[in-house]
Amino acid sequence: MTTMIDPPKAAGFHISQLLYDTRYRSMTIQVIVFLLVMGLGAYLLNNTIINLAAADKDIDFGFLGNRAGYDINQLLIPYSSDSTHWRATIVGLLNTLLVAFLGCILATIIGVVAGVLRLSKNWLTAKIMSFYVESFRNIPVLLWILAFFAVLSEMDRKPRSFRGEDAVNNMWLWDSVAVTNRGTYIPAPIWGDGSALVVITFLLSLLGIWAYGKWSHRRFEATGQILPNFWYKLGIFIVPSLAVFFLLGRPIALSIPEIKGFNFSGGLHIRNSLLALWLALSFYTGSFIAEIVRSGILAISKGQTEAAAALGLRPSRTMNLVILPQALRIIIPPLISQYLNLTKNSSLALAVGYMDLRSTLGGTTLNTTGRELECMLLMMMVYLAVSLTISTFMNVYNNSVKLKER
Amino acid sequence: MNKTAFVSALAAAGLVATGAMAQSSGSATLAAVQEHGAVKCGVNTGTPGFAAPDADGVWKGFDIDFCRAVAAAVFGDPEKVEYTPLTSATRFTALSSGEIDLLARNTTWTFSRDVDLKLDFVGVNYYDGQGFMVPKDLGVSSAKELEGATVCIETGTTTELNLADFFRINELDYEPVPVESFTEAQNQFLAGACDVYTTDASALAAARSAFETPGDYVVLPEIISKEPLGPLVRHGDSEWADIVRWSFNAMVAAEELGVTSANAAEMAENGTNSPEINRLLGREGELGAMLGLPNDFALNIITKVGNYGESFEANIGESTTIGLARGLNAQWTDGGLIYSPPFR
Repeated sequence: MTTMIDPPKAAGFHISQLLYDTRYRSMTIQVIVFLLVMGLGAYLLNNTIINLAAADKDIDFGFLGNRAGYDINQLLIPYSSDSTHWRATIVGLLNTLLVAFLGCILATIIGVVAGVLRLSKNWLTAKIMSFYVESFRNIPVLLWILAFFAVLSEMDRKPRSFRGEDAVNNMWLWDSVAVTNRGTYIPAPIWGDGSALVVITFLLSLLGIWAYGKWSHRRFEATGQILPNFWYKLGIFIVPSLAVFFLLGRPIALSIPEIKGFNFSGGLHIRNSLLALWLALSFYTGSFIAEIVRSGILAISKGQTEAAAALGLRPSRTMNLVILPQALRIIIPPLISQYLNLTKNSSLALAVGYMDLRSTLGGTTLNTTGRELECMLLMMMVYLAVSLTISTFMNVYNNSVKLKER
Repeated sequence: MNKTAFVSALAAAGLVATGAMAQSSGSATLAAVQEHGAVKCGVNTGTPGFAAPDADGVWKGFDIDFCRAVAAAVFGDPEKVEYTPLTSATRFTALSSGEIDLLARNTTWTFSRDVDLKLDFVGVNYYDGQGFMVPKDLGVSSAKELEGATVCIETGTTTELNLADFFRINELDYEPVPVESFTEAQNQFLAGACDVYTTDASALAAARSAFETPGDYVVLPEIISKEPLGPLVRHGDSEWADIVRWSFNAMVAAEELGVTSANAAEMAENGTNSPEINRLLGREGELGAMLGLPNDFALNIITKVGNYGESFEANIGESTTIGLARGLNAQWTDGGLIYSPPFR
């Protein structure tokens, strides 16, 4: 059979063999497709250059060094209207990273809880979770962002209404938290002398908890005894930091928000734009993560649960010690995509006036300088870099939990 | 069929390429507009009085009238306009990319827009300035009292930059709340998510007129900037810029010369003893032909859209809910800044 398809080579090489000889045909097709793709790329590039020349425009990133001239409300680093466009870009990038970071954490928590509960034997719990997953997963995230924002900003809790003796609205939690239609004001720490020591003690106690966990696990494997780990860990978490705090004479004070003039001052202002974006992205992505978690759990064979039960493990321990660790291997890879989605979806921030990278570099900077191509290119590069970084970290984690084959 | 389409496309591409290299005599934009059968006009997404669809979905307003005037000049029919609603953030890209032929969207004429963004402002159809609006019960009477206020501001506008400068120069703190559109800004302002709404004074008046209780809001006396608003086209087609510029000038000159939509047709038919009116209405000279348009282009604008003053009064004047006085926008003969070069 083979000899009929592949003729002997003796006759020498003919051009027609490129098409009719199976030894060369696939090579020919690949070369042609490669040339077509390169040709298309070259055409697009050339077209851009010609059109830019026709519109009398050049590509120049020099505008990034010019004065920005506009103000940004949420700042993680110092910035004023006298700063450069580059600085504004960094401010926007940090805001993007902030909401992406907070969103990934909350989405994971919501997703895991909802995913596990959707498998609950309790009919009501399972149905409520199904309802959550289906409603969030099937409505565009932009609508959710706008809906959350509308609810927050249409609340009848203007800062003004907190003023006076018989104010319409009151602050919560012993007058320390103010929930208004412009955002939530919470107490913020004021770092006094010696506060660094408290922070260092706190970080050391975190290290202590980790070391204690290791030790108690070894002890458990050696003796089979289980210590009340939670309470010990909670003790290590709280006691040393509090002790140092009081020994040094309370170096960390709290700045309590207070109504002054038009707005609250003092404390930390969590703007409604951040809250709405964070909650909407978390609940939206959380519904996808819930399905990933559910499918991960269902993929573990029932025999594992039964074996754990036969060993006498309680259902919660079966879930924590047997099912979830195995399910994690299946869950992590699609979870990475969800984190990337959340980060990219955060570029819808402009809809609620959250000053992320899209709103600073791709919004006001683009508009005031008119450098569309440069801003868009830069923005694409930044999102690409951020996404690749996230997926690198997650892949490292994935490698650490995946099944080790020897 | 496919092959012919492909060949003609190639030929067209070749023509465009050679046209760009050679000094073309006619206007490429005008040719494209005539072939398309309508003027593609970029307008605001909705500012009452300037550009907003009415109850029947028909676009109405001061800027809309200008789009209609250009259509009347080119086609003799003011209805041959395709409106593209644009946000402040998308307007210039739409114009530079050729998506629209003309932008009439209360856009401030600035140096960098004119020079760096490669745009051509054809004139100023409304002399404006940036103002502030606050709820009356806030008890504020001057913008200098706005220390610590939350301010709603449309992103990508000159007002955003003026605002930053005003508060910095007066050493006041404020919290900007960026919003995407005029409507969104009003929603937030009415919900109390911001204390102050700032934009061009004309737009503030327009916004206030649309509120349920306009009396509960006041516009502060400070005008913190110059905002000459005008229609614009992109660089590179001076012939088209001339058509748009002289369509506007025709409306202004008509008001100055006392030509209105009511008497223009009669004046054109019987002639007048003013040579400038005769030239404007196409009885004398070849002004229209010089633009590549019919000689009665201005007559069409005036009879079908109206002169500058008529358009102003009908859309934003004191008899309307917007209620803007002519002020700086009166004719130069009445102490204003509205002034057309002579039709000669």
